[in-house]
Amino acid sequence: MDVLFHVKDLVLLAAEGGEAASHAAGVPQKIVEVGYLWLIPFFPLLGFAINAAFGHLIQRRFGKKYVSYIAVGAMALAFLVAVAAWIQMIGLPASERYLVNFLWNLFTAGDVQANLSFALDPLSMMMVLIITFVGSLIHIYSIGYMADDPAYWRFFCYLNLFVFSMLLLVMGDNLVLMFFGWEGVGLCSYLLIGFWYEDIEKAKAAVKAFVTNRVGDFGFVLGMFLLFWALGGSWVQKKNVVAKHERVWSQVDPNYKPVAQTGTFYERDPALSPQSSHRGIRIGPSLTFREIRDQLSSEETGMKERLLGMNFFGIPLLILAGILLFVGATAKSAQIPLYVWLPDAMAGPTPVSALIHAATMVTAGVYMVARLNFLFALSPAVMTVIAMTGAITAMFAASIGFVQNDIKKVLAYSTVSQLGFMFIGVGVGAFWAGAYHLLTHAFFKACLFLGSGSVILGCHHEQDMRKMGGLKRFMPLTEKTYLYACIAISGFPIANAFFSKDEILWRAFDSGHNLLDPSLGKLIWFIGWLTACGTSFYMWRSYYMTFTGEYRGAAGHRPSHGALATHSVGAAHAGTFNHDVLMSATVFDDDPHPDSGGVDAHAKGTAKHPDHPDHKAEGGHGHGGVPHESPGTMTYVLVTLAAGCAATIVLGFWAPLGNLLGIDALKVPLLEHWLEPTMAPTLELVEKRSAQSGHAWEWALIFASVGVAFLGWFIARSFYKDARSHAPAKLAAMFPRLHRVVYNKYYVDEFYQATVLRAVSLLSRAFATFDAKVIDGAVNAVAVVARFICNISGAADTYLVDGAVNLVAEGVIQTGHRLRRIQTGRIQTYLYAAVAGVLVLIGIHYLIR
Amino acid sequence: MGAPGLPHYLIVGVVLFALGTYTVITRTNAVGILMGVELILNAANVNFVAFQRFNPSPLLTGQVFALFVIVLAAAEAAVALAIVLAIYMNMKSIDVSHASSLKD
Repeated sequence: MDVLFHVKDLVLLAAEGGEAASHAAGVPQKIVEVGYLWLIPFFPLLGFAINAAFGHLIQRRFGKKYVSYIAVGAMALAFLVAVAAWIQMIGLPASERYLVNFLWNLFTAGDVQANLSFALDPLSMMMVLIITFVGSLIHIYSIGYMADDPAYWRFFCYLNLFVFSMLLLVMGDNLVLMFFGWEGVGLCSYLLIGFWYEDIEKAKAAVKAFVTNRVGDFGFVLGMFLLFWALGGSWVQKKNVVAKHERVWSQVDPNYKPVAQTGTFYERDPALSPQSSHRGIRIGPSLTFREIRDQLSSEETGMKERLLGMNFFGIPLLILAGILLFVGATAKSAQIPLYVWLPDAMAGPTPVSALIHAATMVTAGVYMVARLNFLFALSPAVMTVIAMTGAITAMFAASIGFVQNDIKKVLAYSTVSQLGFMFIGVGVGAFWAGAYHLLTHAFFKACLFLGSGSVILGCHHEQDMRKMGGLKRFMPLTEKTYLYACIAISGFPIANAFFSKDEILWRAFDSGHNLLDPSLGKLIWFIGWLTACGTSFYMWRSYYMTFTGEYRGAAGHRPSHGALATHSVGAAHAGTFNHDVLMSATVFDDDPHPDSGGVDAHAKGTAKHPDHPDHKAEGGHGHGGVPHESPGTMTYVLVTLAAGCAATIVLGFWAPLGNLLGIDALKVPLLEHWLEPTMAPTLELVEKRSAQSGHAWEWALIFASVGVAFLGWFIARSFYKDARSHAPAKLAAMFPRLHRVVYNKYYVDEFYQATVLRAVSLLSRAFATFDAKVIDGAVNAVAVVARFICNISGAADTYLVDGAVNLVAEGVIQTGHRLRRIQTGRIQTYLYAAVAGVLVLIGIHYLIR
Repeated sequence: MGAPGLPHYLIVGVVLFALGTYTVITRTNAVGILMGVELILNAANVNFVAFQRFNPSPLLTGQVFALFVIVLAAAEAAVALAIVLAIYMNMKSIDVSHASSLKD
């Protein structure tokens, strides 16, 4: 029997150690140590440091151009290094695609070991490429968009700091570093939402985002601690197993060091293969993703069974830790119930909305779940919570998006909704699909947001879609890119989002026992399918309201000058629109800030040009007049992003079609293949639990998806094309109450205001009262007592101590007065005394002797 | 009654010393005080010489001391009389009880 054990162990060892380590999960993770990864976050940090320290000097002395050179240059360098890392990674075998760059130990406290150490695996590589690429584009876009802002340098400084934090978040190889980044992006988000902080509404939005995120961070930190605690010391229980393996390994490998010495389950001499060192599994509590992954994926450590069997105050630990971590994700990624900050975050400049609140930061939650896939996949309950939250959020946010009139608000709710789709993806075990949707979303949503920014700038800081219309003629490039991004998001199979969204919906349908109940998957698919229809509707609505029909802005801008409006529109019609026309238009417009308060209640907030409080009428885009196309730095970024929407189709090209066409490379989507090493620990599990519904269903669902995309498009087109139909108004009039509720975002903000915020403010008031009455009372009482004691002490001082001192002094003075009589100054007196003294001495002498 | 011994000389010395001391204490006349001082010095001289006579040493220390004392007494008298003269010049009196301007 014992011999049999030996043989089995040896086989296990050989399988693990051999170069052809096709162990399903690739345990332990092989790593490649490189020395340059720190450069990727370093460049944005450097850009931030330079602009923070000298930005205003540079801007004043040399002009804004140089500020943007620094910021954009830093981004470009970071992107180049990221590409270099990517190239190196492609060259490695799949199981070794894990670049690690250890810099130094941040702190070690007991078992907690936090290293400043960067890691790139296929997932974080994808994130880094998105962040640096889209980030660079948005930096370039900002050159044009922010050109008139006096705080130009501050904007770029924050933007670079944000990219640095985001890179820290995705590249950190442990939870601590991820949390640093997590907080850093939260801070930058706060700074950038409140970039125009003179406007109290924007400052409030910033605080709202910050506070909401703190709630989530609390959950994240608790989840992190709980996980750390749970990982602690499990190997002690498995001591016998460890001892058994040790016996075998010490016979096989001369370099083997025992667990007690290294703290590592199995460690080979790294000198044997310095390039791809096959380190062992470090045992015990850990915050490093790779180590947690190894511990959970390796049967020998027994960690998986331990976690599955562990309870924390009667609640299964995995569920508690998973949900706490997910709470962190809901805040960062704007899911129910903590989504409320994201729509308000649109107060920030539009490039910020594109970069932070669409493409990168808000996807951090999705990234975190995908990164910890080996943890979440263990608990179908947590997966169900994630997927259901995603589905409900997607539906809920999309329905709010139906009736919003602010173009950025529509996009904000669309972002919340799309993030919901991503959470459906990661929630049903299709981690790669969630990640793919993250990638496609980064492109199409950045394109949409930047397109809306271009529209807003072109319409002189007008965000209300009811005052746009007909912009197709004025800004052709913006219109074309926006159109393509709309095609993408609404799910037509000629742009990237169709492939990602469809994969998510299919995997939800097929999820089976990855969720608590197989029927839940069908329900989630149905919700997602309906939401897809809604998505198509509200996006096409925004497209038609903005770009088709007649331009309604000039009329709304200055109702009394109708003739002027038609004049300028007419000029643009004839294609002779130029700055002269603009100037002649502005000549009539004697008031550069027309008061349109009475025209439309909604316009109240936006009429004062909230996006640019200190924007001065100057150069090419002053106030008044007709819309105009944005500068090249902006439109070419839009074109690049739209091209990216098309190019990224390749990454997730539809497996059934690949099978049908018989192209080998397309049978498994490229991105799925690429992310396989990261998702390896869960692939088998997820696959095993899936329902395996078959290709026929997959085809059916694809047609269903395309069908609803067309349906949404068709409804939006008939309602909003050229603003001719009265159906929307009629519908709104038919269900006034429903319209009002949805228009006011289901009163969720008001609900929070009435419950959470009211409770908190009541509590704080109670505490303030307690503070004023009890604490201050106690302090005052102590003060009174102290004063009383001091009075006594003072009296004692005056009468007792000073009295004694004066008494001594008086005594000395009196004694002195008495004694001075002796000093007569007459020598005879002294001689008398001397003689008397001698006589006394003689007398004593006789007496004593 | 034989030849006088050491105690006799010493008694003469004591008497001289007592008289001198009494003079110094009781007199207020500056010259009288000086005379008392002379008596005291000579009482000492008597002692020196007497001790040398009855406790002989080849170096004649007692006699030599007596000579020194005589010289010193002469010097002292010269200085003291000069001071007395100066006091007299200032105060038209040589009564020491009047010379109290350094007091207070």
